[in-house]
Formats: sequence, C-alpha cells, structure tokens
Amino acid sequence: MEAPSAPAPQPAIRVDNLTRRFGDFVAVDHVSFDVQPGEIVGYLGPNGCGKTTTIRMLLGLLVPSEGRATVLGFDSARQTEEIRARCGYMSQKFAIYDDLSVWENLRFYGGVYGINDRRRLQNTLAHVGLAGHERDLTRELSTGWRQRLALAIALVHGPRLLFLDEPTSGVDPNARRAFWDLIYDLAAEGVTILVTTHYMDEAEYCHRVGMMRAGKLLALDTPAQLKEKFVLGCVYEIYTPALLAGLKALEASPRVLRAGLAGDHLRVIAKKGVEASDLGSALAEAGAPAQTIQPGEPGLEDVFVQLSKG
Amino acid sequence: MCANGMADALIQATGLQKSFGGSHGVRRVRAVDGVDLRVSLGEIYGLVGSDGAGKTTTLRLLAGALKMDAGQASIAGYDIQKQTDQARAQIGYLSQRFSLYEDLTVLENIRFFSEVRGLPAREWKPRCLEILEFVGLAEFGGRLAGQLSGGMKQKLGLASALVSRPRVLLLDEPTTGVDPVTRQDFWQLIIRLAASSEPGRVCVLISTPYMDEAARCHRLGFMRHGRIITEGSAGQLRATLTDRIIELRGTPLAQLRRLAAEDPGAEDVRTFGDRLHVRLKEPQAQAFIDRLQAAARQASVQLEVARAIPPALEDVFMALTHGEE
Repeated sequence: MEAPSAPAPQPAIRVDNLTRRFGDFVAVDHVSFDVQPGEIVGYLGPNGCGKTTTIRMLLGLLVPSEGRATVLGFDSARQTEEIRARCGYMSQKFAIYDDLSVWENLRFYGGVYGINDRRRLQNTLAHVGLAGHERDLTRELSTGWRQRLALAIALVHGPRLLFLDEPTSGVDPNARRAFWDLIYDLAAEGVTILVTTHYMDEAEYCHRVGMMRAGKLLALDTPAQLKEKFVLGCVYEIYTPALLAGLKALEASPRVLRAGLAGDHLRVIAKKGVEASDLGSALAEAGAPAQTIQPGEPGLEDVFVQLSKG
Repeated sequence: MCANGMADALIQATGLQKSFGGSHGVRRVRAVDGVDLRVSLGEIYGLVGSDGAGKTTTLRLLAGALKMDAGQASIAGYDIQKQTDQARAQIGYLSQRFSLYEDLTVLENIRFFSEVRGLPAREWKPRCLEILEFVGLAEFGGRLAGQLSGGMKQKLGLASALVSRPRVLLLDEPTTGVDPVTRQDFWQLIIRLAASSEPGRVCVLISTPYMDEAARCHRLGFMRHGRIITEGSAGQLRATLTDRIIELRGTPLAQLRRLAAEDPGAEDVRTFGDRLHVRLKEPQAQAFIDRLQAAARQASVQLEVARAIPPALEDVFMALTHGEE
C-alpha cells in the first residue's frame, strides 16, 4: 500500500488582499503574495510606499482594514503573540550596548525572550561565527562583527521568520559576503527571511524581490525575471566628453527609452533592436560624438526606476 | 583662480592624520592614517569604505571642522590651517549630522543658510529660488521642512550647501536612507554640477559605503583602517579583474559551489541568490568554464549558465582585501 503523500507545505507567509487605510489614505492597497519556508525575499520601495505598514501588519502590530495575512500558520490579526514569539528582527537602529561585552549583550537580550540557558546562548554565538569572541567589548567590534552580534540577538529565541532591515548597510564587501553566507545557511535550515533595503546590490542577494509603490505591490519575482520583464530595452554605456550635450541629444531621440548620467559616462536604455551605431550617429549629429559605446547589463535599479516612473 | 598656481587641483591634501581617544580607558584609534588626496575641477571623487574606515573624519578635516594631527590640505589653493576662512568660503559641506529647522519652511531654511554664509540681502531671494529649482524643490518652498520626505530633506541639504556658490562640495554619505529613485535624482544633480561649464562648475568629494554609488564617480579611493588602499577610475579598477569573474547557475547549487571551489583556478566563490560568482586567480575564464563543465557532467550536476561577466567594484574590493580578515 502506498504511503499517503505528505500535505503540500504551507507557505511561511500568505498575504491575501491585505489593505490598510488611515482615514482616506490607503497605505497598503490590496496586496497579495506568498513566501515559502526558506525563501529570502527582498522588499523594496520609496519611503512612504507602505513597506513598513505591511510588515507591521504581518507582525500583528497593526490590524488590517481588509484582507488577511497568515504568518507561520498563524492569523496575523488574532494570533499575534504566537507570531511574535517566532519572529526575529534585526535592524541598524537596534540598540546594542557598546559598554557590554558580546556575551553580556546576548545574555541580556536572551533574557528578554526568556532564554537563559547558557548552552543555547553559546550555540547562537557559534551559529553566527562569534564563538571565542564572548569577552570582546562591543564598542571595539568592527562593523562586520557588530552585524553578526545583531544577528545573534535576533536569532537567540530560534525564530522561523527573520526580518532584516538594511542588514549590511555600511559594512564592507567581505563582511557582507560572510554575513550573507550565514543568511543562506539559515534559509537552507528552513528559516524564512524578509529583507527591506534601499540598496540594489543588497537586493540582488535575495531569491525574490518585491517592489512596492503607493501601497501597491508592483512586482515580486527573481532579480533575473524582474530585469527581463521590466527593463524593456537594451542597455548601453556611452563614453563621450560632451556629457550634458550627449544626454540632451539622447533624451530627445525616439530610439531611446531612458538616458541618465553615470559619473563619467551616460547610461542609456534604448528600444530593442537599436544598435550602438544608431546611437553613435545620433550623438555625432548633435555635435557630441561618442568615444566608446559598449553594451551594459541591466540592473535592479533600472527595474526600480521603470516601475516607479512608469 | 588659485593662490598656489596649480590650476586644476581644487582639493589637495598630503599626509592627513587624526587620532581619537587614548584617555579614560578608551583605546587610541588612528581614524585617518596618512591620507593623500587630489581632486580637480569637474571631478567627482568617491571615498569608498565601510563604517569606521575614516571617511567622515577625512571630510571633516578637509572642511576645517576638525584639526589635523599632522599633514597639510588646501582648498582652491588656500591652506585649510593657515587660511581657514578663505578656504571655508570655497566649500559647500553637507555633513551626516546636517539638520534642518523643522518648524521653518523650505524657503525660510535656505534663506537662513544663505544669510549665515553671508549672501547679501538683495541676492538671497533669486539665488535661493534658483537653487530650489535646480534641486527640484521649487514647488515646495512653502512647505514646513519637518513635513518633507527623507529624500527631499537631503535635496534641501544639498541646496543649502550650494547656495553660496562653492567651488568644492564635500558630501558625507548624502544618500543614506534615501530611496533609489531620489538617489538617482540626487546623483543626476551632482553629476550635472561637475559637468557644467564654468562658472558654477564644482569638484565633488563624496563619501559612500555603497559600491553601486562608487561606480558613479570619476575616480575613487577605497578606504580602510584610515588609509586609502587603492585609487583609480571605476574603469581602471574593474579592468584589473577582466576575464576573472564568472557567473554560474545550476542545480544542486551547493554541489556546484563545491565543484567550483575545488577548481585550482578559483580564488573565491560566493553565493548570490540563485547563482554563484567565482573569482579566478588568473584571467582564464574559458579554461575554467571548460573544466567546470567536465566536472559537472562527472558529478551529475546540472550546469545551466557559465559565463564571464563584467567585474563589479565589489569584486575589486574583495580581491584587494582577500585573505585579510
């Protein structure tokens, strides 16, 4: 006899038509999405777009006006205690006590969650690679190590859902990479991770990225898919000494979807099928001949600008 | 025109040093440890590094907001230590601690800053309106500064730094916490200022912890532990890793990562969402890809994508600091 098949795994987060109004103002406008266990999802959008309000509803800190959300199987409006006990939150603005040691900070915050077991605290430190650094003074830690301590504090109670707010802002690339290796390990263990950030290179680390604007979720997909769907033309990098004149000429050209300044060159999104030589002629005609025109790679920033400006 | 005859260098500094602490049990830290800098008219120089690298202290030394322990700096030819007032008059400084008067309107704020900078009474209004127009805040003149979004506050900060027509802009992480669209707008403004023809053309020294911003500068200096460890244009720095960065996609990813790391040509492998980035020891991308394809077949690992990609500045930084921590 065949063994009964396992039930389909529940999403870690299920959001269905979630809406929140403040008077006439619709802060979150019928947002729906699923996040699977072990997924790392980035959540981007300009300030005031409804990101924070959405997260507050997921954490049960705010009641939705319409719709619902289920987090780790619990209803976000009615089972808020259960949700908060299973969520961890890591933020830049988090108060880590500079005068305390690594161990003292972890023990303090562990205590807040009712975790006093010494072995468990040690495991948490080991998990983030801080074993052996218990007595280091927090004030003297490098930014990379501070990030790890902040992560340890967010993990001390064994949450299954982690919220990271600009987690590697201001951290050098090596430390960032080490930090993300830890996050990938956690995801592989089934912890679900939601990251809010303003930085595209941080968003690139996520499995999927969601973009919000004016309360609406405009898109939620892998970085690769987002670039394919929303960068509607081909990217060129154009080096010309006459930057401003070149920009003006290209902005006026019907072949160009978008053009901008990028330090010492122009970054252009041209309509599909437009060749480098077409752009070269347009520039030469305008008296701003190009030195080099090379194809560029679409980035999440291009997606973001496309979605924000339409 | 500059006092010392070096026509182009608006910012020039050698051997800057500054330490903090050393009393009350706090360890003495060399925040800036021998920094040389030279920025010319029309240039945007990015000081790139993580928090604590020494960027803010460097900017404060150049702005004359902090006394250096050793070294020398001049702004538009004026020595910052001996001709402080003349040097400061050339500078527009936007610090991280910049704050606005929340209860005053946008126009009142910028008027205040222009008066503090000594702009004559008959000049403040047209100049302020011109500047607000430039940064895109013209319609918001009557709005209370406290009601502005973060991005708009930063734009107002930039406007305040520009109102006295400085030739040198010192910007300390001006886009922290600002959303990507506003950040783009902000950069367009800065690049425009640097690219415009005289008068009004500036040079810009901007600090940032973000590699994607570093890429927008003409030249950058990577800063670490108070020193500039390498300097050059984004193009020059990236060229050091040509044909050495590979993107891989396949399943199972963990296995693929192991195979890539085991290859003798691989210096570093890192995971990046659903793909891997490999940095090779030598510029031999195709040879590596060929070897990996064979290894993948043998190990029954499905290799979907294996291609050389243009290096990013992040790759450059990591290659430089490889093996240090």
